[in-house]
Parts: sequence; structure tokens; C-alpha cells
Amino acid sequence: MEKKITLNMITCRTIQQGVGMEAGKTSQKYHDACTIIQMHPDDFKRLGVWKNTNVKVTSSVGSVILKAVETREDLVPGLAHIPMGPWANRIVPAYTYSTGEPCFKGFPVDVEVAANAPILSSINVLKDACGLLRK
Amino acid sequence: MPKDVTDVICPFCGTLCDDLVVTVSDDNKTILGVKNACAIGAEKFNHQRLPGRVTRPRMRQADGSFKEITYDEAIDWTAKMLVKSRKTLMYGWASTSCQAMSIGHEIAEKVGAIVDNCATVCHGSSLIAIEDVGVPSCTLGEVKNRADRVIFWGCNPAHAHPRHMSRYSIFPRGFFTVKGHKGRKIYCVDCRYTDTAKCADEFIQVQQGYDYELLNAFRTAARGEVLPDTVGGVPKEKIYEIAEDLKQGRFIIIFFGMGLTHSMGRNHNIDIAINLTRDLNDFTKCAIMAMRGHWNVTGSGQVLGWQYGFPFAVDLSRRDQARHQTGETTSVDLLNRSEVEACFYIATDPGAHFPVDAMISSSKKPTVTIDPHIQCTTEISDIHIPVAMVGVEVGGCAYRMDNVPIETRKVVDPPEGMLTDEELLTKINHRVDELLLAGGA
Repeated sequence: MEKKITLNMITCRTIQQGVGMEAGKTSQKYHDACTIIQMHPDDFKRLGVWKNTNVKVTSSVGSVILKAVETREDLVPGLAHIPMGPWANRIVPAYTYSTGEPCFKGFPVDVEVAANAPILSSINVLKDACGLLRK
Repeated sequence: MPKDVTDVICPFCGTLCDDLVVTVSDDNKTILGVKNACAIGAEKFNHQRLPGRVTRPRMRQADGSFKEITYDEAIDWTAKMLVKSRKTLMYGWASTSCQAMSIGHEIAEKVGAIVDNCATVCHGSSLIAIEDVGVPSCTLGEVKNRADRVIFWGCNPAHAHPRHMSRYSIFPRGFFTVKGHKGRKIYCVDCRYTDTAKCADEFIQVQQGYDYELLNAFRTAARGEVLPDTVGGVPKEKIYEIAEDLKQGRFIIIFFGMGLTHSMGRNHNIDIAINLTRDLNDFTKCAIMAMRGHWNVTGSGQVLGWQYGFPFAVDLSRRDQARHQTGETTSVDLLNRSEVEACFYIATDPGAHFPVDAMISSSKKPTVTIDPHIQCTTEISDIHIPVAMVGVEVGGCAYRMDNVPIETRKVVDPPEGMLTDEELLTKINHRVDELLLAGGA
């Protein structure tokens, strides 16, 4: 069991994310669909954590609190997935290799347990990054 | 009596399903039900009637709260921002009509802005590759009627284009594909066992980021050359077997998505996929198509293409010529380097879909967001101007992912007094004219 594991991260659309997005960016559906990190069962074991526990995901550009879940769409061990949205984009490196496309897929992240840390709302997770969140 | 509006075009993804039936209330104001749409498309129509929709422009106050302002005030503020800024990013356009884009581009020419669309974080890499090597493509109708070998590479239509498989690519019976699903062989190449892979006859699990190598291996195998034991985690026997089966097909179609454009290699992944398509045409008919996601993003590429010659990231700030250089005039790079003086977002939500560093840069600039609903970007903008939903409350031209233009339909009336994108942009255009005539802001 390790305190912190490193995974290869991909972000992309899920149908739940699409439905949530069209229901409204401030809707509960959107929040539930996008505030998750999907991991392989082996990685849950490595991290020593039950599914549906909050974790802190950190990349080279920042970190975000998400709920770790298992997925129907099988991953290989070491590969993790976050549905696209403001939460995923808190950790997506903006460097584009002169193509205009940021690194949405295939960047390393560290995952550690943060069971009691709160998950921010869609608006607040962006405002927090931009320094516009009033506490 | 509620009435049914038939043959409605769905305003969500690039598939532009054109067989929706929407039930509308007697007074033409409320949507009561949607038939034939996927879960996402139906939700888009249902959102129209949700309570709490903003119907008038809002301005952000110093304390972070919003106050309601009139359309005229919002138009004046926006026009002054555009005229004052020496370089404005005008980003979005994917959820609006081609007519509205055309007016927006006129404004951009006058104020010297940079026009970019959602392809910049989506299929921008594909467009770079297409500029480099061309694209042997076809329409979705040809796929339905002819394709007997279908490859989904790095895309997941089960989630992103939910009706694509039933309308065009896997299940429908066509003129030369009378057996439907049984007559087609479906391959899915992905790093995950996606829901699309579950519909496929064969799933090829590639290691994340090894798509270029595997595509190159298929080219090698198609030419009968020697391969190493495994490529990208796929055994060589498998690669030879699939390459041989593809050659036996009458019509091969390769659909590719974000798995190729977002992974390391970007445009080179598409480049090699197009070259594989070209190689396979030595043996049989083969075509390739990008799975364009955001509704009318293809239309934005078309309109920019015929007006300026480039499909995205067009820099009009030099006034006398249009420039396009990925990495330089693309939105994320401009924001990363903080090169623009103001941001004008329309019909999109970069706050949710741009990397955070780009949005931190954007939040420090004067920003106007034009969108029917409250979303992440509106909440960090100075002005939010709500407009009628294109494809629901107002019609207009949109392009399907295979570059087929489709005229969308109005289903219900927008809320009282709400402007459409076209009306709003026309008014901003006039106000910009007035300001420029008077000698600037």
C-alpha cells in the first residue's frame, strides 16, 4: 500500500457528462458526472482506498479534489480517466507543442487520499483558480 | 392542443440527427416532449424550459455579484471593448449558425480580432494534418450504404455521438449493405475497453500514446513488410490478420476522434492515419472521417475557410491579410502568453473546457460571453449576454461532421424580448461602425 500513486491520465467525454452539461453547468447532474476519477481496481488496492473515497489528484500545473470510482469502461492498471470539465481542466497542462491542442490525454498525475476534503462546485472550481472566489 | 414538430435537427453533436419529433405547447412557448433524440440531445431541448433561465444581459459588479442591464447597454459596452482592444480573441462559434458567424467575422475584420473556434481544442490537429496531406473522405450516406469495414480509432461514439452507430456506422441497412450489422465488420482501437468497443467485432487495445506506431504498423503490414513482435501492445499476428481482412473489404471507413488528436503526436497521428487510408486505396476503397463533436464546429471551419482560407485560428489583426499559424494564433497559446487584450466568447464555454492556466489569463482581461445559459465562463466574465438557442428557438445553417450543410429548424419561441445571435451581432456591428466613425471608443 502506497500513500501516493502515479497514474497516466486521460480526459474525455462521457454520456453522463454530456447530459449533465446540457442540463446546465450548475446542475447536480453535471457535478455528479464530472467530479470523479475512474481508476482500475488494482490501483485502488495500491492506494489502499475504498471506492467512492475523495482523493487529491495533482499534476504539474495544479491539483483538484475528486471522488475515486470504478468504471464500466475497463481501464488498464496505471491508466486513469476524468470526464472533461472544469475539474479535469484544473490539472490539464496548457502547453500545446505548437498545435493549439493542450495535453488533454496522456500526462502523469499523483493520486493521494483526501477523504475529508470537499469537492468544489463547477463555478467555484474555476473561480478558485482565477482568484475570484470570495470566502 | 399540443402539436408535434417533425424532422427537427438536433443541436448537440456533429451527427446532426434530422429525424427528431418535438412536442410543443399550444402557445408555441414550451417544449413538452422530445422523441428520437439521444439522452444528450433530449436534455438540450428540455433545458429550454427549465426555470431560472437568464433572459436579460448581466454585468459583473466589483463584489462579484451580477446586476441586470439592458441589451443596449451590453451592446455599447461590448462594442467599446472591441474597438478599444488592439487584439481581441473572438472564440467559440460552434453552437451558433453560419449566418451569425459571418456577421461576427465582419466585426472581427473591422476591429482586428482573432477568430478561433472549438476545433482549436478538438480536431485542430486533424485540420493541420488535412492541410498537410489532404483527406480522402466521404459522406455519412456513403458510409451507411457502402461501408463493410468500419474502424473506430480513438473515438467513443457510444458516449459522444450516441446515435451515430444506429444511423450510419454499425446497425443501419443501406443500398449495398442490406444485412446491416451482420454485413459489417467493426473494429475498435482504443486504450480503454469503451462502450463502443463492446459493439465491435474486434477490439484492439493499444497502449495509451502509441497510436502513431500502431497506424504505421498497419501501413507496414498492408505492404507486406516485416513487423516487430508487438507494436503498441498489439501482437504482430493480429496486425497482419486485420490488415489482410481490411484488404478483403469493399469499402473501409476509418472514424477517428480525440484519442488521436489529444495524445502525444497530435497532427502526426492523423497524418499517418490519412496515409494508411491512402495506402489501403491501392487494394480497395477506403475513406477517413473526423468525428466532429461540437455541433456546428464544422460550419465554423467552412465559413472561415471560404472567407479567409483557414479553418480555425484566423488572425485578422493585421487588417490587410488573414494569418493562421498554429501555436501562435490558436486560442490556448494566445491566452498562455497573455497576448490578447480582450476576450469575446460566443456559443461555447472555455471556462469548462480550456486548461486552467489559459482561463486564469483570460479572467484578467475584459470579457464578454454570449450564451443562452449560465455556465462557467459567464461567471468570470464582465458581461453575460443571453441569446436564443440556435436550433431550438431560432433556425440557421449548420454543417454535419461530413461537411454536409443542413438548415436547422425553429421549434419554439424564445423568451419575450430575447435577441438571437444574428440580431445581437448585427447590433454590435452597427455600434462598432458608429464608434469607428466617431474616431474610436
